[in-house]
Amino acid sequence: MSLKGKDIVSIRDLSKGEILEILNHAKEMIPVAKGERKLKLLEGKILASLFFEPSTRTRLSFETAMHRLGGSVIGFADPSMTSLRKGENIADTIRMADAYSDVIVIRHPKEGTARMAAEFAEAPVINAGDGAGRHPTQCLLDLFTILMEKGKLEGMKVVLLGDLKYGRTVHSLAYALALFGAELVFVSPESLRMPKEIVEDCIELGVEPVSTTDLEKAIRDADVLYVTRIQKERFPDPTEYSRVIGSYKVDMNLLKHAKEDLIVMHPLPRIDEISPEVDKTRHAVYFKQAFNGVPVRMSILSKVLGG
Amino acid sequence: MKKELKIPRIKDGTVIDHITAGQALKVLRILGIPEGTKSIVSVAMYVKSKKMGKKDIVKVENRELDPEEVNKIALIAPKATINIIRDYKVAKKFRVHIPDEIVGIVRCPNPNCISNSEEPIESRFVVVRRDPLVIKCYYCERKPDNIADNII
Repeated sequence: MSLKGKDIVSIRDLSKGEILEILNHAKEMIPVAKGERKLKLLEGKILASLFFEPSTRTRLSFETAMHRLGGSVIGFADPSMTSLRKGENIADTIRMADAYSDVIVIRHPKEGTARMAAEFAEAPVINAGDGAGRHPTQCLLDLFTILMEKGKLEGMKVVLLGDLKYGRTVHSLAYALALFGAELVFVSPESLRMPKEIVEDCIELGVEPVSTTDLEKAIRDADVLYVTRIQKERFPDPTEYSRVIGSYKVDMNLLKHAKEDLIVMHPLPRIDEISPEVDKTRHAVYFKQAFNGVPVRMSILSKVLGG
Repeated sequence: MKKELKIPRIKDGTVIDHITAGQALKVLRILGIPEGTKSIVSVAMYVKSKKMGKKDIVKVENRELDPEEVNKIALIAPKATINIIRDYKVAKKFRVHIPDEIVGIVRCPNPNCISNSEEPIESRFVVVRRDPLVIKCYYCERKPDNIADNII
């Protein structure tokens, strides 16, 4: 199985075997990601990093991954500095980046931009988030974190909490976890429930997710609690927002009901959905999860570049 | 009683029968008719039908429509039948078949989809299920609830 030259636009572009290939290779990348071992696997290769929308973790971890493997990076983090300001279309920007680089990483606020980029570029295109759409590398690093912390994905009871309607990471993650046979529980306010389509996808993969508004009950025998941010602008009524936020806050009081080895994950940035006191507990793995972005993206880059 | 014929028989050309009532003009638009054709085109709408209650019929003279071309109308007229007429006789008859991919016919209902912006691409949908018809945007993966309303 070779991932050389493959575009990674959606997690659905990858088979179970390909996902495992990336995750297993990422394990080997950890000492390189930490700078403990040198590996010039991508020396002479150039990554075009095209960020049409602000990003901290995703952009920096992709660029770190490329540098750690001896490659170099061109690109922009602010499209106002490019010819797009002069009215150039995205397709032409992609053609240009394709001519200058070996692999393209793109984030854009419009859904489907990465899929279009993949049509115009010969070099492999990696989607670093498109609007409310897909974010496959976040999904891969989430799977990697569960795998590293728990040793397996199959049979894990995973609670997805927060804005399940608009949150881009939870849609891909629910699909991928179902692909690996995890048990799924969706906890959200009624108005922000997981879209029907995603629930149907899980059922098609043989996993029947449970949807509830009761977090305390849901985490009792859970292995993983995946927390996402609930945005204030989703609620027309500020008192309703305050009520919802209060009932879904992850703090020591809530974690009293959890198993000792429950891990708490979050794609970050968090605002106040996880209390800072949780950071010091063994439950908190969200900073480790952010670090995992580097070995996972190293693995992805080296695989698609055939390194 | 003699059967009344609303549109006369044609000598050569194509008859599209059993079009969902009210969709004939959209069918013509999808087929790009009459643009670029000098043929006589006859349209009958809300005609009584034993099978369908009401139906539309389109007749295009001196032009044989290609099945690939005609399949595009399956999106809004899934029961349509195509008759190729040669010298007043039905030379070929076939049903429309939904293609695997639908390009440039349906607009993506997602206003934030890249296919709705000023980029050199056409709208593109992949057929997920045929009965009932479910299509998915190739770019943003959105599945439109009402396909007929989104015909370009």
